Amino acid sequence: MIRFIARFITVVMIISAPNFAFSQNSEQNDEHTNSHADNHKEEGVGNFIIHHISDANEIHLFGNVSIPLPIIIFVEGKGLDVFMSSAFHDANGGHGHGPKHARGPLTGSHYTKDELGITAKDENGLDLAIWDISITKSVFGMFFVILLMILMLRSVAKNYARRPGLAPKGIASLMEPLILFVRDGIAHPILGKEKSKKFMSFLLTTFFFIVACNLLGLIPFIGGFNITGTVGVTIVLAGLVFVITTINGNKHYWGHIVSPPGVPFFVKLLLVPIEIFGILLKPTVLMIRLTANISAGHIIILSFVSLIFIFGKNSQAGGLGVGVFSTLFMIFMYLLELLVAFLQAYVFTLLAAIYFSEATQEPHH
Amino acid sequence: MDALLTPAFGTVFWASLAFLTVLFILRKVAWGPILKALNDREESITNSLREAEKAREEMAALNSDNERLLQEARSKRDAMLKESKEIAERLVSDAKANAREAAAKEVESARSAIETERKAAIAELKAEVAKLSVDIAERLLKEELADTGKQKNLVDKLISESTLS
Repeated sequence: MIRFIARFITVVMIISAPNFAFSQNSEQNDEHTNSHADNHKEEGVGNFIIHHISDANEIHLFGNVSIPLPIIIFVEGKGLDVFMSSAFHDANGGHGHGPKHARGPLTGSHYTKDELGITAKDENGLDLAIWDISITKSVFGMFFVILLMILMLRSVAKNYARRPGLAPKGIASLMEPLILFVRDGIAHPILGKEKSKKFMSFLLTTFFFIVACNLLGLIPFIGGFNITGTVGVTIVLAGLVFVITTINGNKHYWGHIVSPPGVPFFVKLLLVPIEIFGILLKPTVLMIRLTANISAGHIIILSFVSLIFIFGKNSQAGGLGVGVFSTLFMIFMYLLELLVAFLQAYVFTLLAAIYFSEATQEPHH
Repeated sequence: MDALLTPAFGTVFWASLAFLTVLFILRKVAWGPILKALNDREESITNSLREAEKAREEMAALNSDNERLLQEARSKRDAMLKESKEIAERLVSDAKANAREAAAKEVESARSAIETERKAAIAELKAEVAKLSVDIAERLLKEELADTGKQKNLVDKLISESTLS
């Protein structure tokens, strides 16, 4: 399985390598022809970057080649529309930039897709309430990641079952340090051996999920996944941390929030709202930290790519010179991103464990 | 930019579904068995190490026991050797003393026997000599006193020799 995935990635890289530069180039050229002034051009680069790290309804490989993904839209009172994203065409019937339109195969609604998402109108031009549950790029990447996780970790479990009491072998020896890292580096020191049992599955799943998503986002030429840089994904992770903390919060925890002991009344008036706000703030910060860190890495790398072409547009020599430095810096950034991929997963899991530990702490004074 | 910061409903929906699914599946098929296996392995390693330590301690105790036993045996042997040497010496000296005593007794008895013999012999000799003397004197007297002049001479001589005071 792993060998197959590695081979697949290699093949994709080989096929798309010569086209990568080309795709960047063509987009820059598009932007060049579209822009009339310098400030427009810079805005174009910004849009280019935002476009690349945003979620999308297709996996954009290079140039005009994209893998379409299914659009699933539930129209209130009408039913479910399922069609491929390739059905969206712009006003000229092409696939260029700008708003695109499609017609729902079942409900016959008119869908319009722009940067902000999909909106729907019925035949009479009236707005429709819709629930867009399309399989976007991030969702697709997430499915791929969880499939990979289940397959790999199940085989790890089988490996242990097959060789009880022996040293790990094969994929288990790859996973064991990470599992032990979460168990002995995060769960046990923070939650303690007994209490951590309850949260172990969540902590391990979160850690592995974030690491896998982060690493998937670092594989070039497969469409630039940015799963953990998508707010919709991190809000779920942070939301679960919030739910678990709230459910497991004991008397001691809530007591300290609602009425901190040993604090004068007028300070309580100030402190209690802050504490209550803090309950919500903690997972929010978790969410923002993960999203921002992963997106920022992608933004920096893309900025350096863009930099080459901005300079290259003015003079070829300038492009070449900046290119060399940009590439070197990109390699550095890429390595840093590898570190961040693990670091952010660690930080998220660590903080989740700390919140759980706070919520379940027994009074000790 | 707004699209970047606003969580899309679809993404949240699928992310919740996907994450909870993977959480429950992994809890069942992976984390449970893996953590149990890791725990079991650690326990077995700890136990093995503890047992090895115990065995080593036992071995050391056994060794020191052996050493002690050996020491004891050695000292016992030494004591026995010493004792036997003493016994032997005593035996030898006793034997020597006995022998000496016996020899002395023997010599003593021999000496007393000799003394008795000698006394007997002397007594016998005395008796013999007395008899012989009497015989000789008898024969001498017989011969001497055959002549009457001579008998008178002798008596004269004897009278003159004996000083009556």
